[in-house]
Amino acid sequence: MLSPEVVTELLSVEEREEIEAEAAHYPVRRAVCIDAMLIVQRHRGWVSDESLGAIAELLGMSTADLDGIATFYNLIRRRPVGRHVAMLCDSVSCWIMGYNRVRDHLCKQLGVPMGGTTADNRFTLLPIVCLGACDRAPAMMIDGELYTDLDEQRINTLLERCE
Amino acid sequence: MATITERPLTSRLRQDREPVLAEEYERAGGYQGLRAALRMAPNEVTDLVKRSHLCGRGGAGFPTGMKWSFVPMGKDAPHPKYLVANADEMEPGTFKDRALMEGDPHQLIEGMAIAAYAIEADIAFIFLRGEYQLSARRLTQALAEAYERHYLGRNILGSGYSLEMYLHISAGRYICGEETALLNALEGKRAHPRAKPPFPQVSGLFGKPTIVQNVETLCNLPHIVSKGAEWFLGLSPTGEGGTKLFGVSGKVKKPGLWELPLGAPLRELLEEHAGGMRDGTRFRGVLPGGASTDFLVDEHLDTPMDYAHVAKAGSRLGTGTMVVLDDQTCPVGMVWNLEHFFAQESCGWCTPCWSGLGWTEKILLAMEEGTAVQHDLEILKFQPKFMAPGNTFCAFAPGAMEPLQSALKYFGDDFQRHIKEKRCPWR
Ligand SMILES: Cc1cc2nc3c(=O)[nH]c(=O)nc-3n(C[C@H](O)[C@H](O)[C@H](O)COP(=O)(O)O)c2cc1C
Ligand code: SF4
Ligand code: FES
Repeated sequence: MLSPEVVTELLSVEEREEIEAEAAHYPVRRAVCIDAMLIVQRHRGWVSDESLGAIAELLGMSTADLDGIATFYNLIRRRPVGRHVAMLCDSVSCWIMGYNRVRDHLCKQLGVPMGGTTADNRFTLLPIVCLGACDRAPAMMIDGELYTDLDEQRINTLLERCE
Repeated sequence: MATITERPLTSRLRQDREPVLAEEYERAGGYQGLRAALRMAPNEVTDLVKRSHLCGRGGAGFPTGMKWSFVPMGKDAPHPKYLVANADEMEPGTFKDRALMEGDPHQLIEGMAIAAYAIEADIAFIFLRGEYQLSARRLTQALAEAYERHYLGRNILGSGYSLEMYLHISAGRYICGEETALLNALEGKRAHPRAKPPFPQVSGLFGKPTIVQNVETLCNLPHIVSKGAEWFLGLSPTGEGGTKLFGVSGKVKKPGLWELPLGAPLRELLEEHAGGMRDGTRFRGVLPGGASTDFLVDEHLDTPMDYAHVAKAGSRLGTGTMVVLDDQTCPVGMVWNLEHFFAQESCGWCTPCWSGLGWTEKILLAMEEGTAVQHDLEILKFQPKFMAPGNTFCAFAPGAMEPLQSALKYFGDDFQRHIKEKRCPWR
């Protein structure tokens, strides 16, 4: 168990304030645990073992219980990611409209397979399910922004913009 | 020619894709539905919605007013009661709720306030999928405006009715869209579905009466309350009531999203609105309502797209957003892609689903790679029976079987060719 002092050290004031604001919406404290993990991830890019332990302590849960929840949800990252995260839709409409070609090009440009992070830590490339942009397939998200009608040219332009 | 129709859900959407904010929304008649609802008794609102025949636009098509009538009402009813907007939109091929939330966020908020009032809910959540960050920003802005203007919060517009509304950002997984799994996710648990009964209307979020409703369903409510049930019924040529957001993706000339009368013919959608097939491709089939619906083929092109007619054609209206299969695309490959999705997204709770989908995906991949044998096809044909409704804990697995069973029926020769030729003929 972590002492309250350690929790204070491991989570920033901002993070704790945001978590408490969300917690006020629920009748039981642990209900906020998914929001809490997403809040920490917004600040730090991922949820480390230390962060997980601190959130569990803050909400009065066991770490194992919280990790079991974390691992269920694909948008909670338990491993560090690169400075930019590219999520390429691999669902049906994008598949029909040229997912394979776009994926191969992305992997070649970045020099990593799907799921990989570049050696210089610039990019993590992940598959994602349908992004709700099927009429403008193929589609991907970079750092939370949606990009559509992808082809080799457009991918090159998008990648160049990311330092 | 496309007929000119009323488009209550999308008429306000701006060409520049910027959101309609409070002032503009009010000028265009916004929040008049809520004002009218607050002058009625809650059960009168439910009756009106029942008479409109509004059915759920999230996939299952259950009558909305009837669902509300199971919620315990009156002095002795348990509180807080909850209303949840299902904004999890993750069905592959579906892109309609995002358009409504990004373009006209107040319409959803007003619809939610009306539904919440009808069931005397105290708290409402918008359960939004994590990837919809633009929707999140615009809903956050609209919620703040709605509170400022007293459409939310304590004593709404002086009516004595109070409602708190929060935006909840989800952390992924398709199963969260299933309404009982969604409730577990909102409670901060793993999103496994719950056994029914008890139904959420009686015992839902934190054990309290809860209504879960799709975004598009809720967006219809302001219009039904303002203009009446008869007007709503009259919108649809087949009498099912209302309009529907229809979408088409795949190799058509003009993929897109349109609001049309519920019951618009499939052919009109594909040929007029979507512009027909791209040059050099031929139509082979269509998933009419997202990934978990049965294929329709040529012989079904004159089907009116409403709940009853699509069911009669052997499929489901589902989300109304269609994915077209063309002759340059391998049907086995397409079904593999779909079953890969379902195998990955199975919540793992019950064996027929997680195990059966694993096998299904493997066999389809073997066909694509040219290593499948005749016996594999027999195993594949058995899966829709193995995962039939009633054999699994929730509707996820039976839904996953719909594209497979219909592909086996309509494209059986293509499966055979993969085995005989020991390769994918499209590669
Ligand atoms: C696996 C699965 C996923 C679902 N996903 C969604 C979804 O993303 N959005 C939605 O509105 N309904 C979804 N549903 C349907 C919901 O369970 C529920 O029926 C619906 O939200 C009720 O709202 P409606 O009656 O307004 O359609 C899903 C159902 C299943 C079985
Ligand atoms: S059918 Fe699939 S998704 Fe539904 S409960 Fe069973 S394992 Fe989970
Ligand atoms: S299938 Fe890729 S955005 Fe829908």
